[in-house]
Amino acid sequence: MSLFTREMACQELVELVTAYFDGGLSRADRRRFRAHIGGCDHCTAYVEQMRLVIEGAGRLTEDDIDPAAREELINAFRGWKEGRAAG
Amino acid sequence: MTSLTLALPQPLNRQDAGSMPRLGGKASSTTADSDAALVGRLRAGDESAFAELIESYGATMLRVAQMYVKDRASAEEVVQETWLAVLNGIDRFEGRSSLKTWLFRILTNRAKTKGERDGRTVPFSSLAAKGGEGDEPSVDPDRFLGPDSSTPGAWAAPPRAWPEDKILERETLGVIQMAIEDLPDAQREVIRLRDVEGWTPMEVTDALEITDGNQRVLLHRARSKVRAALETYLDPDVVGGGA
Repeated sequence: MSLFTREMACQELVELVTAYFDGGLSRADRRRFRAHIGGCDHCTAYVEQMRLVIEGAGRLTEDDIDPAAREELINAFRGWKEGRAAG
Repeated sequence: MTSLTLALPQPLNRQDAGSMPRLGGKASSTTADSDAALVGRLRAGDESAFAELIESYGATMLRVAQMYVKDRASAEEVVQETWLAVLNGIDRFEGRSSLKTWLFRILTNRAKTKGERDGRTVPFSSLAAKGGEGDEPSVDPDRFLGPDSSTPGAWAAPPRAWPEDKILERETLGVIQMAIEDLPDAQREVIRLRDVEGWTPMEVTDALEITDGNQRVLLHRARSKVRAALETYLDPDVVGGGA
C-alpha cells in the first residue's frame, strides 16, 4: 500500500481535526480523514466533541469595554470632531 | 482634548475571506455593507457610530494590546492612539480590507512598536512560537493502543458521545470558560478570537501577524485542551480509564 492510501490511525486523526474543520488538509488527507470517521464510531464521537467545544465557546459572552475607558474614548471622539469642524 | 496626527499603515490590499467556511462562533458583525455605513457615519461625526465600534472591539483591542506591552496602562494608551489614528485616517479608508482588519492592523503595529521601545521584547510571534512548538499530543497517548498491538494508534480508552444540550448548560459553559482562561497566552487569545468572537482564520492571522500554520496549531492545542477539560468534567471515568 502506498503512503497516499495508507489508513489513518485514530491517534493521527485527533491531531488533524482543526485542519479538517478549516479546510486545511490536502485532498489525500481529507479523503483519509473522511474514510476513517466513516468507519470509526470513536473518532466520530471525538470529532463531534471538538465541534461541541467550538459551539460551547461560541456561547460565551465577550468582554465588555470598561466604562471609564469608554468615556475617555467618547471624549477623544468629541475632541476629534471639534478639531475637524474647526479645521 | 488630544489632537494627535498619526502616521497610518496602509490599509490592506486584499479582501477579507468573508466566504471562508466557518464552524460555530458568532456571525461577523461587520460586513462590507455595514462597514461602508459605519464609515460614512464616522466621517459625518456621528458619535453613536463611534460608540458602536468601541463597544464591538474596545475590550478585544485592549486584550490584544496587552500581549505586546508591559502593562495595562501602556495598552490603554495604545488603544486610545489607535482610535485617534482611525479617526484621523477615516477619510482615506477605502474599504479594501474590512474596518475591523484595518483597525487591528493599526493596533498591532502600534502595540509592537511600543512594546519594543519599552524593552518588552516579547512580540506575539515569540509568544506564539512558545505556544506552538514542541510535541504536545492532543490526547493522552495512554488512551491509544501501543506499537505492539495489532492496531497501533487505535483507541484503547475511547471518547463517548456527549449530549448536545448538556454542553449549553451554564455549569458546562463555566468549565469551558475556565479551561480557556488557563491556557498559555497565545493559545488563549487565538481561541477567544476564533471561537468566542467568531473571527475568520484570516482575520486572526492579519491582526496578530502570525502565519496560518501557527494560528492553526495554537487553535488546535487550545481546543484540544478545552475538550480534555470538558471530558474530565463530563466523563471522569473515561479519562481515568486509559491511564
